[in-house]
Amino acid sequence: MNATDTSAQPLWERSAVQQIRRVLAAPAVGPLLALLLTMAFFSLKSDRFLQGPNLSLVLQQVMVVGVLAIGQTLVILTAGIDLSVGTVMAFGQIVMTKLAIDSGYSPTTAILLGILACVAFGLFNGGLVAIVRLPAFIVTLGTLNIAFALTHIYSNDLTYPPGESGASSLPSALLFFGRTFTIGHTDITYGVVFMFVLFALAWFALTQTAWGRHVYATGDDPEAARLTGIKTARVLISVYVVAGLMYGLAAWLLISRTELGDPNAGQTTENLDAITAVVLGGTSLFGGRGTVIGTLIGAIIVGVFRNGLTLIGVEVIYQYLVTGILVILAVSVDQLTHRRRL
Amino acid sequence: MSERRPLLEARGIVKRFGHVVALDGADFELYHDEIVAVIGDNGAGKSTLIKSLSGALQPDRGEIRLDGKPVRFRSPGDARSAGIETVYQDLALAPSLDIASNIFLGREARRRGPLGRALRMLAKRMMRREAALHLQELKIGVQSMSQPVENLSGGQRQGVAVARAAKWAQRVAIMDEPTAALGVKETRQVLDLILRVRDRGLPVILISHDMPHVFELADRIQIMRLGKRVAVVTPQSHTMPEAVAIMTGATRGELEQALVKEGRPAKLPVEEGA
Repeated sequence: MNATDTSAQPLWERSAVQQIRRVLAAPAVGPLLALLLTMAFFSLKSDRFLQGPNLSLVLQQVMVVGVLAIGQTLVILTAGIDLSVGTVMAFGQIVMTKLAIDSGYSPTTAILLGILACVAFGLFNGGLVAIVRLPAFIVTLGTLNIAFALTHIYSNDLTYPPGESGASSLPSALLFFGRTFTIGHTDITYGVVFMFVLFALAWFALTQTAWGRHVYATGDDPEAARLTGIKTARVLISVYVVAGLMYGLAAWLLISRTELGDPNAGQTTENLDAITAVVLGGTSLFGGRGTVIGTLIGAIIVGVFRNGLTLIGVEVIYQYLVTGILVILAVSVDQLTHRRRL
Repeated sequence: MSERRPLLEARGIVKRFGHVVALDGADFELYHDEIVAVIGDNGAGKSTLIKSLSGALQPDRGEIRLDGKPVRFRSPGDARSAGIETVYQDLALAPSLDIASNIFLGREARRRGPLGRALRMLAKRMMRREAALHLQELKIGVQSMSQPVENLSGGQRQGVAVARAAKWAQRVAIMDEPTAALGVKETRQVLDLILRVRDRGLPVILISHDMPHVFELADRIQIMRLGKRVAVVTPQSHTMPEAVAIMTGATRGELEQALVKEGRPAKLPVEEGA
């Protein structure tokens, strides 16, 4: 009787601990806790942090990186990485603004061609990774430079619209996502709403469709996926193409936010932040594991850090320092959990 | 009985890798409702033969016939759509996906109606239910269908792989070293599972190094040596040491003598008597 009592107690405790551990291991719970902690920290440090307008600003800062990070998540889920995220977006952005201003294209055509340019880069990356079987790291390092060069050649190093005349000369369609509506006393941009819509679509595609399963399976073990009859090359190409589409949409969002086409955009901040968001969101660099919900949270964490550090008066250069450290921390967690799994 | 037509047969399969001749005119046949084991030393060509039958390799020469009709498999997908499923030695499961997703991997069922047609939404609940039912029929015990495959024991994982093959194979299931990485108890479970699969009417090709298992499970045993079939024996006609002797070349298999005489055997009966 006594024996059963003592043996029942630790068993019960263990299952409770296990249950807590299971909740913690569920995808996106860790990142969510990290986000809440970060927000708690900054709200203690600054009264302005938790106010509506500031949170809306955070989301506006997050929207470009967030949409880039959707594409980056897809690529990383297939055990790849896309270093060309930022410069491809910059190229799309210049194509859109230059065509709309200089070449007399209708704004819609200009936007479509800009998106198409980014999709073409995705197709190029995907083809080299899937068919020529080059490592994604090297391919996209090349694309990073190609897109960077094309951006500067095509723009003649000019921002669009040229000169200091400001935003008014850009057609309104290009600025659509900068428009706002008001909830309470807070202005929210359509771009932020659009970002959430894209995240919802990506979530749906990854969790509710066969394509999503095939993306995970291909990243998990490409040979196993191939033997199961999945056309892995096609899956990989589709992933890079969809990623390119995201970069194109992000280009449009960026124009809406900055109200110009800048050939120097997307070089470090967006590139690094998009990868940071994915990794902070719990997606494994080894492929096959991760969620876009986690990426959304990761992107918000990055945004909160940048915003919070600015609010408490930390210089911009230290923000790079912090994001750099954040990436390395997040990757270490990934590496450690991966090793335990093996 | 000699008129019985094989379900799957291969004639004179040749496969070279550079200068290495992996298969040198190998033959094979599988009849309905039986388990045929393919044994042979390392490099005897059994893996190459099995890969030719499963579409993973394309033979340089020779003919494969399914139900008497010549077939040509250019990919595992071709063989699969002809009703031949393979359980690979390295399992070919996606570790991070759950059991039901793995059983339906590459063959996902969509929802009925607009959700399935327009949004291509998966019928998750239906797939989960069907997978659970299927595992139950095969008496494979798992706690939950929604756990990722990587959380399962080796035996359970192999169970899932065999179950997937059994679910989709219309004609033939090929099992490549299905118990290679398993403990004693788990091996027992998988062997019983293979017998259940055969008893449900699905013929099985078994590749194994483990003689006791082969002799327990197989109805016929094809012995390979140096890229050729040298004998077909049964557990009744030969003892284990005799089979091993043929396998290593210590004894000549009957077919080997025929091959020596005329280059090709005319008819391939089971060897009678020891």
